[in-house]
Amino acid sequence: MINILVVVEDNRGSMHRMSKEAIAGAQKIGGSITALVIGDNADTISNELSSIAIEKTLVVKHELVSSYNPDGYTEIVTQVIESTSPDMLVIGHTYQTRDFMPRVSARIDIPFIPDIIEVEQDIYTKQVLNSKLNSSVSSLSDMKILSFQSACFSAEDILTGRSSSQNFDVDLDPSIVRSISEEPFQESAAEVDLESAELIVSVGRGIEKEDNIPIAFTLAEVLGAEVSASRPVIDSGWLPSFRQIGSSGSAVSPKLYFSLGISGAIQHVVGMKGSKNIIAVNKDPDAPIFEIADYAVVGDLLEIVPKLIEALKTEKDL
Amino acid sequence: MKIAVLVKQVIGSESALEISDDNTWVKEENASFVMNPPDNYALEEALIIKEKIGEGEVVIVSQGPDRVQKVIREALAKGADRGIHIEENGHVETDPLSIAKSLVAAIKDENFDLILSGLQSDDTGMGQTGVLIGEFLGMSTATLAIETDIDKEKIRVKRELESGWFQWVTLGAPSSISIQSGINQPRYPSLKGIMGAKKKEIKVVQSHKAEKKQSMEKVFVPQTSKETEIIDTDLNSTVDRIVEILKLEVKVF
Repeated sequence: MINILVVVEDNRGSMHRMSKEAIAGAQKIGGSITALVIGDNADTISNELSSIAIEKTLVVKHELVSSYNPDGYTEIVTQVIESTSPDMLVIGHTYQTRDFMPRVSARIDIPFIPDIIEVEQDIYTKQVLNSKLNSSVSSLSDMKILSFQSACFSAEDILTGRSSSQNFDVDLDPSIVRSISEEPFQESAAEVDLESAELIVSVGRGIEKEDNIPIAFTLAEVLGAEVSASRPVIDSGWLPSFRQIGSSGSAVSPKLYFSLGISGAIQHVVGMKGSKNIIAVNKDPDAPIFEIADYAVVGDLLEIVPKLIEALKTEKDL
Repeated sequence: MKIAVLVKQVIGSESALEISDDNTWVKEENASFVMNPPDNYALEEALIIKEKIGEGEVVIVSQGPDRVQKVIREALAKGADRGIHIEENGHVETDPLSIAKSLVAAIKDENFDLILSGLQSDDTGMGQTGVLIGEFLGMSTATLAIETDIDKEKIRVKRELESGWFQWVTLGAPSSISIQSGINQPRYPSLKGIMGAKKKEIKVVQSHKAEKKQSMEKVFVPQTSKETEIIDTDLNSTVDRIVEILKLEVKVF
């Protein structure tokens, strides 16, 4: 039986949903599972872990890591690996993981295979080339370090049970921490609640220019939908950031997700793939969004949407 | 301030993708190459920081075959001062640890104050080279910077967290920072810049072959598990079908 270490992330006082998926993944892979929780909220989170079928939880509390910083986490995770010699380390593919896990990889010279969407024995699938192709990746080292993309495993599959926790003492020199983090904050209050919207019209790069954005709002108005966007539209400043869907924005699962000119990179797809009905319009017949769409409309949204608006208006008048 | 920008040349998002005969990658002879779009933001940020401070040097570091000189030249045309081309012949490495070690071998004696990189590459998307190099060179690190406040006295960046949260972090120098896309509006090269770039130095060094730690065995077209109806017909029939779907399947009204 292999030993699996799961590094659990503190998401403002509770276990990050991606950590739950990582635990479900570790259970599915099969082995003796140890969870590692770090920081001021470690007790609350280890309490959450106590009713999950794992071997044990290691708790690290130290003034240098009362909140996250990459130097402290790198040192702690390295010390835990050295002390417990796991065969495999698994973690959710979060922004925090991307921030410190490569540091651990470099420090112990063990490859970090990130952003995995499927696990089959020792072969890990990740997306490449703007999500248009998949790639099978293998680790050439005995110990594996893996991060799982959202929905690689489901938190609903977690096996419950009983487990205990124990403190893990770390030896930390204050000089290792070279960054000072300020309090996290939110930028602008959201004017719409995308997460509870029933119908969503979402725009991507294919809208081509800011002047075309009103087309999406007109369609949304006819349908009684909210308007959201993919990252490139937000980055161009055409719509405010609270309208963003994806890993750095909202995650939604409306009755209708009407996607206009969105290619469907994984960072976007993780935020909307739970939608009940997905209609996607895109000029590119190979756009990755079509893989998850229920209806793949191949064509120019700038031609289709104005005609559709007219047709829907007529339909409603009947 | 001496700033390195890690720039990768990748297959463009508009490029045709044809899987190579050995299934390990795509046919490069049919592909069109561009500067990795996230790296373009890192380059722009480096140029902005240098302009703000009023002195310093922006050095482009790129590993790959001869073709990557094109993106180095493009960066020089936009205002970078010089380039380091880490020449890779034959197999193009995809293992992040090997790549990072090769880059470290090429730049360790440069003693950069700051290393900027894009958050990930559009081709392999490993998203770790900048952080790996930071660790190897004993630098402080930060990722997903969406705003920078950097001068001679301090390195302070606004990091993007998840779900609309942000955090300012002050870092001890030297520092390796990955830049989130959208942080700025990358410039286009001017004609003067393009002319001037021809005279700028690109130092060519050989890549360092480190022991390979992970391997891309094959690439393949994703299998969709979902039943998708493809609507690819004339405009009127397309619109009629969408109306029908909205009405009968989704039942929006």
